[in-house]
Amino acid sequence: MRTRLSDDELAVRDAFQSFFQNECSPAVVRAAAEDTGFDPHLWEALAAMGAPGMALAESVGGAEATLSDLAVVAEVAGAHLAPVPLIEHAVAARAIHRAGGHDDLVGELAAGTKLATLALRPPIDQTARLVPAGAVADVVVVPTVDGLMVSEGTPSKLRIPNTADLPLADRDVSNAAPLSGGTTNREQALDEWRALTAVAYVGLARQAIEIGVNYAKERTQFDVLIGTFQALQHGYADAATQVEGGRLLAYRAVWALETGQPDGSRLAGMALLFAAQAARFATDRSLQYHGGYGFSEEYDIQLFHRHATAWTLQLGEPALEYARLADAEFGARTVSADQGGAA
Amino acid sequence: MDFSFPPQAETFRSEVQAFLAEHLNEDMIRATHDGTIHAPALHAAMADRGWLSGPVPAELGGGGRSALESVVLNEEMQLARAPIDAMAVTIVVAAILLEHANDTVKETVVPRLLDGTALGCFGYTEPESGSDVAAAATKAVRDGDEWVINGAKMWTTMAHIADYVILLTRTDPEVPKHKGLTFFLVPLDTPGIEIRPVPTMATERSNATFYDDVRLSDQWRIGEVNGGWAVMKTALKYERGIAGGQFPSPPVIDAAVDWARTHVRPDGTHPIDDPAVRERLMRALIDVEVCRGFAYHCADLANEGAMFGVEGSMTKLFASESYKRHCRDFHDLMGAEGLLTHEAVDAHLGGRIEENLRHSPVTAIYGGTSEINRNLVAEVHLGLPRIR
Repeated sequence: MRTRLSDDELAVRDAFQSFFQNECSPAVVRAAAEDTGFDPHLWEALAAMGAPGMALAESVGGAEATLSDLAVVAEVAGAHLAPVPLIEHAVAARAIHRAGGHDDLVGELAAGTKLATLALRPPIDQTARLVPAGAVADVVVVPTVDGLMVSEGTPSKLRIPNTADLPLADRDVSNAAPLSGGTTNREQALDEWRALTAVAYVGLARQAIEIGVNYAKERTQFDVLIGTFQALQHGYADAATQVEGGRLLAYRAVWALETGQPDGSRLAGMALLFAAQAARFATDRSLQYHGGYGFSEEYDIQLFHRHATAWTLQLGEPALEYARLADAEFGARTVSADQGGAA
Repeated sequence: MDFSFPPQAETFRSEVQAFLAEHLNEDMIRATHDGTIHAPALHAAMADRGWLSGPVPAELGGGGRSALESVVLNEEMQLARAPIDAMAVTIVVAAILLEHANDTVKETVVPRLLDGTALGCFGYTEPESGSDVAAAATKAVRDGDEWVINGAKMWTTMAHIADYVILLTRTDPEVPKHKGLTFFLVPLDTPGIEIRPVPTMATERSNATFYDDVRLSDQWRIGEVNGGWAVMKTALKYERGIAGGQFPSPPVIDAAVDWARTHVRPDGTHPIDDPAVRERLMRALIDVEVCRGFAYHCADLANEGAMFGVEGSMTKLFASESYKRHCRDFHDLMGAEGLLTHEAVDAHLGGRIEENLRHSPVTAIYGGTSEINRNLVAEVHLGLPRIR
């Protein structure tokens, strides 16, 4: 049992912490938002750090880092709202690699010279709707009823306007080819996305609290620092408690998936729902305690607020995620169709 | 990170489960409805196995079980609804004594606390000082080799069955409040002590205790004269570390799932097939996993010899506040039938949800209120200005 980062994980954390501090300021995030929502220069720099392939096998050019190591990077990337689809790319590349038979492609993905993403919902009429990084990805891994498929194509570089200026786009996946591994591979990919996104949410939420706490130590009203107000202190204390609880759950989910624990999928689903909610609460408190400035475009907290809202919705309705977990927990509902909507 | 349990702890978990299956029964749980959350037979059986001394560090003379094994014991006992209040308090008192008491007390009292023949209770809170515990006004005045104690304590829960109270007193009213405190271990059969019941809104009973010219020899002093705050810190450390409280919700959720599966609504459906009910149940189960993460985290820190403070505050804050929410949610779920108490013959599962609903508010109060814990998180974890 070690509920804190190991020395190796701390080394990864420190390296990427300084990387993102140098390369991914709020100005970078804002510039990406004006464009596609993706920063190709940041992606190249990340590729030079070996991040895109870090959790892939050495045989395909990866670094064979653990999923936990990848989570450490996801947390730091989340804290900086990095405008790169690191999680989607890594999860998609791992799924293609698990399926086997695409070593050349996986090699390009490990090097980061091609960009992959994971569509989080099955396509309808050959179109995957609102694909994360769909505006910029060369390769889209698509979930279907039977498992996963992979589609290569030229991205439009046009994002659909959205809450957090994410590079969302619809993708025509009519050329998609099936990946082997069936539903097991699909569920592993989606669960890795859930767990890693939960960790990214923790990074986002911690940063949002830190921004707000720093502001509270500078801002004076009624002749005192607003940080001395108990209403504000207790709001941040509740937020921090949820976020730290979410952090332990998210990393436990990552560990459980990595080590093949029977509750890995359950924990991954739980972690995403909880961490997303904690991040929404934390960004709500932080924005609120900024007063009017929090609402202005100039202050960064609004970026965190919008990203907190957006990330998890890419997967679909949270209610359906609760329903999915409930089916696994309690068995499927046994209500006839005409009572299906009774709630 | 690595969330696996060492094999010893897993083996111990199986032992605890087997032990509870053998020694804990519904009658024992029902017996706590008289207000006293204690099961003497279970306590004795635990003592036989040496489990009472388990959480106490070996270098202090305890059983020296790892913090992970202690959390396993706590977890399994709470999942099984074992009445652990008197036991947990007694173990904390023993741990405080081993750290701060003189040899006589360590050799005569502590063995009795850990072999199950004597019980201890806390005497910190007073009618005029709750969260501001260092403002205790109960006076101890030196008289030769003796001390004379006068005052009153509130929430001395278990005092009516306990043998000793660990008492926070004021020995110097002239210095800042934290610097004039001294602890005593007071045998509850000492002349001048009166114990009056304090009924509560739940099934449990607490006590007010009154001290009228209670005379004690100096050998019952715990720690230095005016050094009581150091003892108080130890007390809080153990209370957060040993006393448990991270897993109050699972039995309530179990009851809610059982209700949702078996109850038939007027339209002929079961609540378990209602998406809104399923979401509420899932949210509660997620909260339990968060509590589990916190519990394991505190155990991991303790195992490393780190003194956890703010992590304990977060754990208690989250566990108690979410427990209250679960009780309210599932009381609501049951509608009118939720109102039935354990005394009603057809109360669902002996009125378990109703009983927990009424018990739950105190968990966000005792051992440090949610507000005090939020203050600590704000000050220690976030570095916001101290405002008290």
